[in-house]
Amino acid sequence: MLLEVGGLHISYGDIEAVCGFDFHIGEGELVSVIGVNGAGKSSILQAVMGILPCRKGSIVYKGKDITSLPSHERARMGIRLVPERSRIFPRLTVYENLMVGLYGLKGRLNVGERVDWLYGLFPVLAERREQPGRTLSGGEQQQLAIARALISGPDLLLVDEVSMGLMPKLADEVFRLLRQLNTEQGLTMLLVEQNAVASLRISTRAYVLETGTCALHGDAAELMGNSHVLDVYLGREAK
Amino acid sequence: MSSYLITIGTMIAIQAIAVCGLNVIVGFAGQISLGHAAFLGIGAYTAALLATKAGLSFWMALPLVVAVCGSVGLLLGLPSIRLREDFLAITTIGINFIVEAVFRYVPFFGGALGIGGIPRVMFFGMRVKGTSFFLLCVAFLCLTLAACWWFKRSWAGLACAAIGEEEQAASTMGISPVRFKLLAFVIGTGMAGLAGSLYAHHMQFISAGDFSFSVSIALLSMLVLGGMGTLFGPLVGALILGALPEVFRPLVDYRMLFYTVLLLLVIRFQPAGLLGEESALRRILIPFVKGGMR
Repeated sequence: MLLEVGGLHISYGDIEAVCGFDFHIGEGELVSVIGVNGAGKSSILQAVMGILPCRKGSIVYKGKDITSLPSHERARMGIRLVPERSRIFPRLTVYENLMVGLYGLKGRLNVGERVDWLYGLFPVLAERREQPGRTLSGGEQQQLAIARALISGPDLLLVDEVSMGLMPKLADEVFRLLRQLNTEQGLTMLLVEQNAVASLRISTRAYVLETGTCALHGDAAELMGNSHVLDVYLGREAK
Repeated sequence: MSSYLITIGTMIAIQAIAVCGLNVIVGFAGQISLGHAAFLGIGAYTAALLATKAGLSFWMALPLVVAVCGSVGLLLGLPSIRLREDFLAITTIGINFIVEAVFRYVPFFGGALGIGGIPRVMFFGMRVKGTSFFLLCVAFLCLTLAACWWFKRSWAGLACAAIGEEEQAASTMGISPVRFKLLAFVIGTGMAGLAGSLYAHHMQFISAGDFSFSVSIALLSMLVLGGMGTLFGPLVGALILGALPEVFRPLVDYRMLFYTVLLLLVIRFQPAGLLGEESALRRILIPFVKGGMR
């Protein structure tokens, strides 16, 4: 098992956002967490990345308890996050943004090869390589955030609301790319999404989060046929 | 060149070195420091004490001065790990007042009388003063700018820039904010130590008032005017704000007014500074110094 999270509790002051959530991800899986706004989905990703502290529970990655490790140490162990609303470095150029993603790995990876591979995946980034990040459109910034996370060759990619703010066509392309990275390169992913249809379509398994607890979990294909999921998240027309 | 101009040029070069150090902390790493004069003072007092009490030459004392300032910077940079923006600003102001008070009231530091009799810099048995001291300061300024240029292009510089822009995103890329914030403080305060040492040997007499909070604000104003995070911004800021009081000397009663109006105009029309992003001066100069502006 690549990641095992047990009894996860996350609080914002007195408000409990996640209460006792358990989940696991095996190597090569693409797992989704779906839920309505405020269900606690992003909090889970942030806790796995080490941005938010866990009030209770444990996070075990590659057999090691990382619950108390800071986020930069988790990143060095191979966990990378594509954050909600991209959070690129606005004054750094596209190339410099990518280089930040390679921090500490220069000697271990072929920089030119990695950059060329990403420019192949996201041609617009190659065109804008010398432009400051803030001059990119929302969609381009999202692509840059994904590229920045991928450049290090992570073992586990955490993807937070990647479709937010993207036009539908671009969102579809991003989901297709994530699926491709998972199937062709075996990249393990934990995807948090409000767009339940799109995320369930590309996932192997999924968890349905409601008010901080797991309401349902199982194979993504099975969940797509579940009447509760159809009613609440997909809409009957998805049938 | 007249000795008057040499003296002004020397002071500008010394201030530019201190502002370069402040730029590493504020401009490169995105931290707030409103007490940089404290480190200038620690450098000056350390150099003065090593010269007058321990009998060390400027050259022998210089590495010690930079090391002492860097170490104190490391210690005082620790609050930056936990504090953010406004609280860090207040803390650094407090550091400036505490350091100034220690210099003023502790007899070991000369108390209110300060420290006098600081010898001139000697170079192969010759006393370095006037034009030669000015050239020495310019040489140190060039070295400081070269160090800043190298730092900015290094992985550490990139890590600092990332932390300054999006600390949380930087940490999710494997960058330790604690390590690089402290590194920026150590480098920045080390440069202030160098400037302080040059100041002490130039003035030959120092007192606590030379390193007051108003000096910190003047240094920060130079950085804001020149352009935070730019390579040559500190030099441009120190040149303009160092020379302006002298230019307006005939209008001595109004020179602070001119000084203030100039700063207000810059903040209104060029908020990123004269060499900052999208500034008019930068657009003119970029074809000539491409790559050296950022």
